[in-house]
Amino acid sequence: MENKTLFDKIWDAHVIKSIPNGPDVFFIDKHFIHEVTSPVAFLNLEKRGNKVMFPERTVATPDHNVPTIDQDKTIKDQLSRMQVEKLRQNCAKHGIELHDLGTDHHGIVHVIGPELGITQPGMTIVCGDSHTSTHGAFGTIAFGIGTSEVEMVFATQCIMQAKAKKMRITVDGELGPGVSSKDIILYIISQISASGGTGYFIEYAGSAIRSLSMEARMTICNMSIEMGARGGLIAPDETTFDYLKGKDFAPKGAAWDEAVAYWKTLKTDEGATFDLEYHYNAVDIEPMITYGTNPGMGVKVKDHIPTTEGMKESVKKSYIKSLDYMGFKPGEPMKGKKIDYVFVGSCTNGRIEDLRTVANFVKGKKKADNITAWIVPGSREVEKQAMAEGLVQILEEAGFKLRQPGCSACLAMNDDKIPSGKYAVSTSNRNFEGRQGPGSRTLLASPLTVAAVAITGEITDPRDLIEELALEK
Amino acid sequence: MAYDKFDILTSRVVPLSSENVDTDQIIPARFLKATERKGFGDNLFRDWRYDSEGNPKPDFVLNDPTYEGKILLAGKNFGSGSSREHAVWAIYDYGFRCVVSSFFADIFKNNCLNIGVLPVTVSPEFADELFEAVEADPATEVEVDINKQTITLLSTGKSEGFDINSYKKQNMKNGFDDIDYLLNLNDEIQAFEANR
Repeated sequence: MENKTLFDKIWDAHVIKSIPNGPDVFFIDKHFIHEVTSPVAFLNLEKRGNKVMFPERTVATPDHNVPTIDQDKTIKDQLSRMQVEKLRQNCAKHGIELHDLGTDHHGIVHVIGPELGITQPGMTIVCGDSHTSTHGAFGTIAFGIGTSEVEMVFATQCIMQAKAKKMRITVDGELGPGVSSKDIILYIISQISASGGTGYFIEYAGSAIRSLSMEARMTICNMSIEMGARGGLIAPDETTFDYLKGKDFAPKGAAWDEAVAYWKTLKTDEGATFDLEYHYNAVDIEPMITYGTNPGMGVKVKDHIPTTEGMKESVKKSYIKSLDYMGFKPGEPMKGKKIDYVFVGSCTNGRIEDLRTVANFVKGKKKADNITAWIVPGSREVEKQAMAEGLVQILEEAGFKLRQPGCSACLAMNDDKIPSGKYAVSTSNRNFEGRQGPGSRTLLASPLTVAAVAITGEITDPRDLIEELALEK
Repeated sequence: MAYDKFDILTSRVVPLSSENVDTDQIIPARFLKATERKGFGDNLFRDWRYDSEGNPKPDFVLNDPTYEGKILLAGKNFGSGSSREHAVWAIYDYGFRCVVSSFFADIFKNNCLNIGVLPVTVSPEFADELFEAVEADPATEVEVDINKQTITLLSTGKSEGFDINSYKKQNMKNGFDDIDYLLNLNDEIQAFEANR
């Protein structure tokens, strides 16, 4: 039998038909929707007189465009309110399960899917959101689609796409203290570039990846799209099964055993080949931060912004434009730059483990006076857990403002905007121009680095503070 | 939904040479609040096109009357980031039917093909030639022929082929999208699902 990669196994099992010289008709197991990219799909579905073919395969939650305060009240912004209302109406009309604002299971779509056990190994998952790649952490093929495809999934539970090429990224070894999965992925993107994964689906492998928790794996898969890859996935293992066991929508009893037996087959065969492979050593990875306006523009926190030496003229033009936007100059050190805001949250780093990391670090300390610190849990479940563990109190005592779940300042569709010209060090996934509000300047980093910046008020390698703290003791 | 058929497009070109133009630039998130596909063209490249008071920024290419046309000539890695189809709606609704670049982001390219904007990938060298030609003479015309799968710089006659799979090519030529095709597979899909 042919040796297959994990990606091949899942993809091939979901192809209903292959069109010669064309795309595959690809079956979707689970479809997540939210308020922003679904309304036009519903509208067109109805215009054509079609129905949702398998409503039970779609799950909805409003997350992108919701306020993160007063969620129990009517949404003030009229357009946002209409969009959320529309989602409610559409879900009611078409029999789609909705985890609405203020309910126990509400949250960012890529946080609640895994948390509820809806996301399971071997599935194909799509959503009108590019960070759908998050679900790949469970050994799924998960990727973002456009609104036309959302309509296709409603009407036929299928989309038409050509199979991507296969890439494997192996990270071996042990991570140093103060280094997290966010640093791994920012490091990889800085090496491969913001477009280096285009056309590929990535499998992450190696001992450093295996050693990560599910939350940490999700952070890595989440940012696959930031190097242009359609998605990324990690073979399921005991860590995956332990995470899923007992979750609301995970299989129970005999069905669980049967599922695990199948899930254990979901790995790349010995001798299977990839179109492209990269290998990295965990020891080379240190706390990372971005300095530019795409996620590939990242350096070690302790390093300097690259100079333009040897850069092609066309590349240099875009590079300088990007640094001008950020108010930075080539060759400058990252450490010590004054920061105005920190944001902890998003589908990248808004899970309980991230809140724990930040709380543990800031416990008994105060945020710097020049910093406004926002922390937005990824879901109600995360919020509840953070309260139960006493994290909320620690964070509030340190001067963080805890808000209610949603995408929030990651894309600033709601009022959570970083003001023009201000600097935010953020646990989110994109540092594009204006991403966190018109004129805002975003630097991406890990929750630990963000916590360190919150305390010092400037760009800080978290390990420096850990060392200082150790000396004080 | 259906869009205008694509056949042979002969047009002047609007050049935007920046690399890594992401979909947040093409249409910022705060303009994604609509529940219908309306008005997106007005907000195409909103923050590059207008200042915070809503006044056009004269140095941005869409505000420069020197340039016009149905072809957007873009830098490398165009359309990266968010999967928002709104970005392509904005491009189409503004009046572009074709985007030319040496490198497209994956989801963006898919979205283009689904709503009738033809993404034409050219070699970096040909992209440079196009930029230079348009800079030298903004009235330069380019012909994009989907039948022959060629893009031609009319002033020099220099031409290059481009890839598009035959299925999507037929769709573009006929103004079809994938839904009709998929609906015809209803029985196969039902049978497949029943075995899940």
